[in-house]
Amino acid sequence: MLNILYFARLKETLGRDTERIELPAGVADVAALTDWLRARGGVWSEELAASRPVRVAVNQDMARHDTPIRDGDEIAYFPPVTGG
Amino acid sequence: MNDPTRPSATQGRTDIRVHEADFDVGHEIAQLRAGNAAIGAVATFIGVCRDINDGDHVAELVLEHYPGMTEKALGAIADEARGRWDVIDILIIHRVGRMLPTDQIVFVAVTSAHRGEAFAACEFLMDFLKTRAPFWKKEQTPAGSRWVDAREADDAAAGRWG
Repeated sequence: MLNILYFARLKETLGRDTERIELPAGVADVAALTDWLRARGGVWSEELAASRPVRVAVNQDMARHDTPIRDGDEIAYFPPVTGG
Repeated sequence: MNDPTRPSATQGRTDIRVHEADFDVGHEIAQLRAGNAAIGAVATFIGVCRDINDGDHVAELVLEHYPGMTEKALGAIADEARGRWDVIDILIIHRVGRMLPTDQIVFVAVTSAHRGEAFAACEFLMDFLKTRAPFWKKEQTPAGSRWVDAREADDAAAGRWG
């Protein structure tokens, strides 16, 4: 299973703050998972489009497109941070 | 100089807190300094909620965060500061939830033997907090609520530390 979290604007536009999914076949890194989510179409393809400034964390560390994903990981999608 | 009779005095501690409640800056500084004669400098930063942003009136701010990762990211930033400068204590307090103009949002305090280390580390901590710690601001304006966009100036500020 993967635990996927969404924050801030993404949480609102995607209509959920968390979901648990089976690790999709063939998904081994962040880029592949993002492609898989984008394939849901609609707001998913819009919000997660490559042109959008989306950040990803794997197990609470900032990740890159080639960061590996394994069963049991916690993945988070969010916009660039604006604290402070 | 390290005082061999008080080896812990120059090591200090890192204290990171994320919560809704307001904080008392005077109290926090007094607690940091309490009885530690190795401290020669205290540099602090307070981030405050303004009533205007991008030309629009802001009635209130809601700060969202990623519990768990926030503390982890701030801890990593503090560790990085310790690797760069010889500081004694690092304190970071960041509020989440609803805030009003003039409310305090964030407090960073650094103690060190001399001012140069404390000044630099304090600024570094804020620059990296603003670009790496998972907080998001949503502001209430007359036109409705909106998520605050990240600023390129913040990336540039963090980038100059190399």
